[in-house]
Amino acid sequence: MTPLVATIEGIGLIGPGLQDWPSSRELLLGLKPFTPRPTVLPLPEGLPAAERRRMGRVVKLALAVGTQAIREAGAEAASLPTVFTSSGGDGQNCHEICRSLAQEERQLSPTRFHNSVHNAASGYWSIATGSTAPANVLCAFDASFASGLLEAVAQVSLAAMRVLLVAYDAEYPPPLHEKRPISDAFGVAFVLAPDETGAHRGARIRIGLSEAPADRLSEPQLEQLRLSIPAARSLPLLVQLARREPGRVGVEYLDGRSLATEVL
Amino acid sequence: MTALAAATEPLLLSHYTAVSCLGYGKRETLTSLRARRTGLAPCRFETVTLDTCTGEVKGVDEQPLPPSLHHFDCRNNRLAQMGLRQDEFADAVARSAARWGRKRVGVFLGTSTSGILQTELAFRHIDPSDGSLPKDFDYARTHNSFSVADFVRRALALEGPAAVVSSACSSSAKVFGSARRMIEADVIDAAVVGGVDSLCLTTLYGFHALQLTSRLPCRPFDLQRDGISISEAAAFVLLERVPESVDADAVLLLGVGESSDAYHMSSPHPEGLGARAAMVAALRAARLQAADIDYINLHGTGTVSNDSAESCAVRAVFGARTPGSSTKGATGHALGAAGALEAVICALALQNDLMPGGVNTTTPDPSLGIEYLLANRDRPIRRVLSNSFGFGGTNCSLVLGRAQAGP
Repeated sequence: MTPLVATIEGIGLIGPGLQDWPSSRELLLGLKPFTPRPTVLPLPEGLPAAERRRMGRVVKLALAVGTQAIREAGAEAASLPTVFTSSGGDGQNCHEICRSLAQEERQLSPTRFHNSVHNAASGYWSIATGSTAPANVLCAFDASFASGLLEAVAQVSLAAMRVLLVAYDAEYPPPLHEKRPISDAFGVAFVLAPDETGAHRGARIRIGLSEAPADRLSEPQLEQLRLSIPAARSLPLLVQLARREPGRVGVEYLDGRSLATEVL
Repeated sequence: MTALAAATEPLLLSHYTAVSCLGYGKRETLTSLRARRTGLAPCRFETVTLDTCTGEVKGVDEQPLPPSLHHFDCRNNRLAQMGLRQDEFADAVARSAARWGRKRVGVFLGTSTSGILQTELAFRHIDPSDGSLPKDFDYARTHNSFSVADFVRRALALEGPAAVVSSACSSSAKVFGSARRMIEADVIDAAVVGGVDSLCLTTLYGFHALQLTSRLPCRPFDLQRDGISISEAAAFVLLERVPESVDADAVLLLGVGESSDAYHMSSPHPEGLGARAAMVAALRAARLQAADIDYINLHGTGTVSNDSAESCAVRAVFGARTPGSSTKGATGHALGAAGALEAVICALALQNDLMPGGVNTTTPDPSLGIEYLLANRDRPIRRVLSNSFGFGGTNCSLVLGRAQAGP
């Protein structure tokens, strides 16, 4: 059996009241009060202005957390295989398409259509970074983060290569919002390195499927955030990583089970 | 390097099936391929008024879901259920689950639009008083991309890992890679992989807006090719480790190769660099040379740019002599289900000594410079390569072969 182990060399994090990983540590640890504020998305880098204008929030979010993680890891984006995972992709774009198609004159803009694919963020990432490496693009509803982590760590363990994981979700506007009440944008990215590279920095994690339910967070605002955005299901792991000490947490997987993630 | 070496072990397609506009199940699909029939016809889908052809599966609406799964009711999941009912596929999965355990059988499916048709229809019925969607509209179990894997997993009573791969038109080729990794990492012993995509307004009007749909049944690699014909399909494969003894004509997954274009959201790299990298990676994973491949099932959508880029890539890897065809003239482009549908067609080709000739194409574009088959060739085939490429510059090639490759 292949041990599913990897070292997290870089972390990107953007969410309500969270701007990046270094400044979020103390908030996650409760050393500073955590006040959720509307998520602020930085302008994406590496793409011409025309392309940037055409991107939805969810794509900006994915590119921003991916860039943060790469930077912290000092990794080369152009050579990194990627795993993108999201419950719903670009909600605003989906809303506009369904609205147009419900009208008598069904006019769809070509850009809206190509931005509607679930792999839009992955496609823009590949263009922005010049990366021709394989990109996988997953969805598992509220288990999307855990599914992406499982896929990414399996890739790292089997192919002995670094992999970038990007998990991201953003809200739908009404009326879809009532059916899928995602509160805001939240994205997390890890540069994951294989064990045998003797990676010099970052936390080592081991993952495996578990029958136990996902861990909840004791801080009510963080727990609320965890439940209100699928990608924020990563928060128990992020809190454990912020502690910089060994420990085991469960992140939400399918059927009320969890992906056990041990920080070694 | 042991991990890399392990990454190239073959897997067995221990059972497979498909439903498309060519027919229900393996026998009808093979009969249609042998008869060089196309399932494409002028679009009559829903309220669509576009001048284009589609490959609609007959009878999808007459396949209600069982009461216990009625929340999942949408065209895409009905089509998935039709697929599971062909060729005793569900029974084969049940045997596999009994052998390995329900938690040791994964589900990895590709789709591009899942049940979005349900949302398109719901938007026609927004309550004018408060702007809300109909009460019975179920986003999670119809529209969401994961819906189809969730449904299939419940319909088959499986409890193993599951995910949807949604990378546009490479989705259900890439699931073979995801499932393979889970088996190699010993997270599971078997996987239901496949693709399900169904007709909806988003793709029909979207490809029309991009001026990528043909008015006629699509003509891949033809001098006159002018676009795609959108279709729908459900294709499933049960993947397991290769047992010690296996029939000579069993079909194995020998290699998966993936790459990205880093070029454009809706146009392939003009020289097919990404496509080329995917094919080379698939051959390397299979430990094969280009000369070992007897037939290429081309992505061959029938757009000017795809077929031109793909032919550049094929020439660069294989030269001009390896016979190839696109079966999309027969099946149409099933988008997120195309990769799995064409893997099933390749498996049928391997087991029935058939290289399917391209349908609808009459005059292959000489500038493309590859050996494009216009007629069926009945001869033993040992190994095939199948291409799937998609929006966002995502590429995946599969290499399949007979267990006993023979002389």
